[in-house]
Amino acid sequence: MPRINSAAELEELRKGILAQKDPDKPCISVCAGIACLGSGNAEVLSAFEEEIKKQSLDAKVDLIATGCHGFCEKGPIVVIYPEEICYLEVTPEDVPEIISQTILGKQVIDRLIYTDSDTGTKAAHQSEIPFYKNQSRLLIGNSPKINPKSIEDYLAVGGYSALSKALFEMSPEGVLDEIKKANLRGRGGGGFPAGSKWETTRNAQPGVDKYVIVNAHEGEPGAFMDRALFTGNPHLILEGLIIGAYAIGSHQGFIYTRHDTPVLRKNLDLALAQAKEYGFLGDNILGSGFSFNVDVHLDVGIFVSGESSALMKSIEGMPPEPRPKYIRTSVTGIWDRPSNLNNVETWANVPQIISNGYEWYSSIGTERSKGTKLISLSGNIVNSGVVEVPMGTSLREIVFDFGGGIPNGKKLKAIHFGGPMGGTIPESLIDTPLDFDELSKLGASLGAGDMLVLDEDTCMVEMARLFLDFLAGESCGKCVPCREGMRQMLKILTNMTQGEGKEGDIKLLEEISGVVGEAALCSLGRSIQKPLISMLKYFRDEFEAHINEKRCPANACKELN
Amino acid sequence: MSEIIMQIDGIEVAAEEGMTVLDAAQKAGISIPTLCYLETLEPYGACRLCTVEVEVRGRTNLVAACLYPVEKDLIVRTRTEKVDKIRKMILELLLAHAPVARGLKMQEYAEEYGADKNRFEKEPSFCIQCGLCVRYCAEIKKKNAICFVNKGPSREIQFIPEIAAKECWSCTECFPLCPTEYLQGVFVLTKALAFPSAPMGPTVEE
Ligand SMILES: Cc1cc2nc3c(=O)[nH]c(=O)nc-3n(C[C@H](O)[C@H](O)[C@H](O)COP(=O)(O)O)c2cc1C
Ligand code: SF4
Ligand code: FES
Repeated sequence: MPRINSAAELEELRKGILAQKDPDKPCISVCAGIACLGSGNAEVLSAFEEEIKKQSLDAKVDLIATGCHGFCEKGPIVVIYPEEICYLEVTPEDVPEIISQTILGKQVIDRLIYTDSDTGTKAAHQSEIPFYKNQSRLLIGNSPKINPKSIEDYLAVGGYSALSKALFEMSPEGVLDEIKKANLRGRGGGGFPAGSKWETTRNAQPGVDKYVIVNAHEGEPGAFMDRALFTGNPHLILEGLIIGAYAIGSHQGFIYTRHDTPVLRKNLDLALAQAKEYGFLGDNILGSGFSFNVDVHLDVGIFVSGESSALMKSIEGMPPEPRPKYIRTSVTGIWDRPSNLNNVETWANVPQIISNGYEWYSSIGTERSKGTKLISLSGNIVNSGVVEVPMGTSLREIVFDFGGGIPNGKKLKAIHFGGPMGGTIPESLIDTPLDFDELSKLGASLGAGDMLVLDEDTCMVEMARLFLDFLAGESCGKCVPCREGMRQMLKILTNMTQGEGKEGDIKLLEEISGVVGEAALCSLGRSIQKPLISMLKYFRDEFEAHINEKRCPANACKELN
Repeated sequence: MSEIIMQIDGIEVAAEEGMTVLDAAQKAGISIPTLCYLETLEPYGACRLCTVEVEVRGRTNLVAACLYPVEKDLIVRTRTEKVDKIRKMILELLLAHAPVARGLKMQEYAEEYGADKNRFEKEPSFCIQCGLCVRYCAEIKKKNAICFVNKGPSREIQFIPEIAAKECWSCTECFPLCPTEYLQGVFVLTKALAFPSAPMGPTVEE
């Protein structure tokens, strides 16, 4: 494939790709997301390959292994286009039947489609399944349709047209302005306005090289949406990054990603090579005169390496110890040069904002939280997986409509956002909308969008303990409040769960929390008390019962029952 | 060097660009407690005992004086109720490891801030991880014979036997830097040389 040298050549190529596609040709899309991999999708995939070969159907049917479809609970998932028939929990034994009945015979196999466990209602098409029905899958919606290893699949769904528009129809300032007006806020946990951060880096240290970085570390336990999106549609994030680089005036980007997700790495390397080959990366991109390159860096396996200053240290080749941010990384980052870091999902939002304009984007969501948000649902929930909903969707809808409610007839007790640096809100506040500011007002910042659903059997003291226990292996241990505060809080909570809680423990926990939250060096340390504080706010009586009555109200602490 | 006028505890102080709040305070004769700070080493910001309150354009923040750069019109308060509370807690947390606190500095601070050395259950490791020995060896002596291993609460100092066997006994300059116990360095070094098979290696290079 020769390099594309102009906007017109890109559209020409796109036309050619679409012309070659027969819209009626069956395409079998097998979810190869991480959860489906775990439930045996590799076997399903090879069963399809075999069966297609056996029946000499190579020319008549396409088979693609795609990124996560989201409905991880029911994996392995197989979707058959153009009808969009969705089969759940497919096994290799089902494959010959799918080929003969559905591909050749155009029949739906009743046994494999979605059946509502309460009403018995069936749904054959992906868009009719309650889990998918009311989602707004602006970011992840293309994942079931494209082969992440094929740049042509991405071009077929309109890929890189936003980049072309930015480069040829907009000035860098114009792009920046669009992102600012769209009020795109960071998806990595802080909800910081992306436009202002871009502007800071753009204006910092004139004449000095600048960097743009994708944070794909995703270290929070229970967060898996960044991986799902990035693995399934790497070009989407890449396109966003290149547009950002253009706006900021950067010619070098970095992708900081996980060392333990080989599929992501493979798809990413391939995407970068293809983008270079087609002229979306490298010198003189699409003949615009703008040049930009990207390097991939693998993370160091500790949570704190996702923190911006630690991440940048790590890219420099140093241990990922955070530095105090008295000088922002957007001004002085990697090798002391201006460095703009955004989360995977933040970058992924950029192309659609440029394509459709800020007015379109800001019509989605709430007053101060725009667009959609990917949520990874886990815990005591019927449908674990990845959902994408407009900001402003109520937590009740997420848990009960998309998530399918709480399994085993149990009652919902609480929802925990943001993992070990997040917070818990009780069932009574379930009508709260998904919104950065509403949630942080309640003491449960949205975090990266990982939502852990807790049923009535969950002990909050034990939850608080578990999060601290996780952090004990993830903090770098450099500063006293974080390292020592954590040690003592963990001891106190462990004692409580073992019936050794003492009067005054709660006060002491609160006192340590106050010091840690204000005096620790980095935002990890300044957040370690957050889950505990939110739980003390809403479930204080449970802590008191552990101490005063040596009783665990949820009947979860073994030593107490 | 341009002069920067700022305020510390209500007193007008002249500082120079590139100075930290701690530098400026010391120059003006205002004392701020420190444990991990040493003039000849790069500021480290780990003990957080030097925490002070700063006010910039009406916004207040708690920061580490040993790292925070001075700027024009900065207002610094070194002894607010909150600052004292933080220092007391930090000392109490550290005293659980260094109960005898032979180091004069720790004792004085404990007294000044009313820190109760029995607040937390004792776990006498004697090391408060100020990193003075580690950084002195790396920055001044350029030997890297001692390093931190592990993360979070299990972080500790360790000598690297191969280097230590060659370098340490003829140097021992890091021993007296320890704010808790002179013999701490001797102990860890001896242990490393006696049991060189214990797990080794810098903290996060996994
Ligand atoms: C301990 C810690 C871990 C973090 N881990 C991540 C992460 O895995 N992914 C991420 O995008 N942001 C993470 N962050 C937030 C980043 O520091 C940074 O704010 C973010 O990447 C900025 O991107 P955004 O503005 O697009 O959200 C972490 C922060 C802390 C304090
Ligand atoms: S707050 Fe925790 S993670 Fe951050 S520098 Fe201090 S010890 Fe390391
Ligand atoms: S002296 Fe400033 S943090 Fe230790």
